[in-house]
Amino acid sequence: MSFTGINESDVDRMYLTLKKEAEDGGYRLNPDVDFTKNLIRGLLKNEQRYGYRACPCRLASGRAAEDLDIVCPCDYRDMDINDFDACYCALYVSDAIAQGGKTVSSVPERRPPRSDRGKRTAVHTISTGPVPALPLPVWRCRVCGYLCAREQPPGICPICKVTKDRFERFI
Amino acid sequence: MAVEHVDGKDKGNVMLFALSTCGWCGKTKDLLRQMGVRFDYVFVDLLEGKEQDDAMNTVEKFNPHGSFPTLVIHDKLAIIGFREQEIREALGP
Repeated sequence: MSFTGINESDVDRMYLTLKKEAEDGGYRLNPDVDFTKNLIRGLLKNEQRYGYRACPCRLASGRAAEDLDIVCPCDYRDMDINDFDACYCALYVSDAIAQGGKTVSSVPERRPPRSDRGKRTAVHTISTGPVPALPLPVWRCRVCGYLCAREQPPGICPICKVTKDRFERFI
Repeated sequence: MAVEHVDGKDKGNVMLFALSTCGWCGKTKDLLRQMGVRFDYVFVDLLEGKEQDDAMNTVEKFNPHGSFPTLVIHDKLAIIGFREQEIREALGP
């Protein structure tokens, strides 16, 4: 599908950027380039109409705070790659699929339904018992799990390149 | 609601709820076309306000997750996601 106002040279440029960023962080883009570029057109379309790159396979609300979990790469990507060899929209895939040993199939939705959203803080809360006093807080990237101990989370996750607002206080 | 109609073999009421940007929705639509089945589809992301809300309520009735694609067959069976074999079995020759 093509969309009005989406420039093909932007699609090609974004494809190369995402591919490099993915591979630098140990991730893989879907090897089906046509399918992948189609998803990129969707991401650019969503950026144009909502102001952020919401998952092309999910209905965005248009309200950034409510959709933070589905801004690509989404909070569910790594779990879906582990369990189903691809993220929900199949932009990112496992090594097995990237190398052609497996094919992608439909991934069930793990994002909570509309009625259960907004209660998303508890997803990764793990009971740890008493925690020793630390000189700095520990921040966790909700997308890739990267941890760092510093006053504030980094502006960009060094592993998966998501922005600061995707970090949560971990300890 | 901006429902698009695709002509083909009459297999009863076949309604596809899709997103215009979704790769799996596109594959589902292509499969139905290739099977030559008569169906209707709507891009829910292109609807606005109450129309979009109404469409989502219908999708959630068949698929509580409200995910796409949701293919509703005969107003009762829902196939969620691009499940080629299930679609072929439900609407095959």
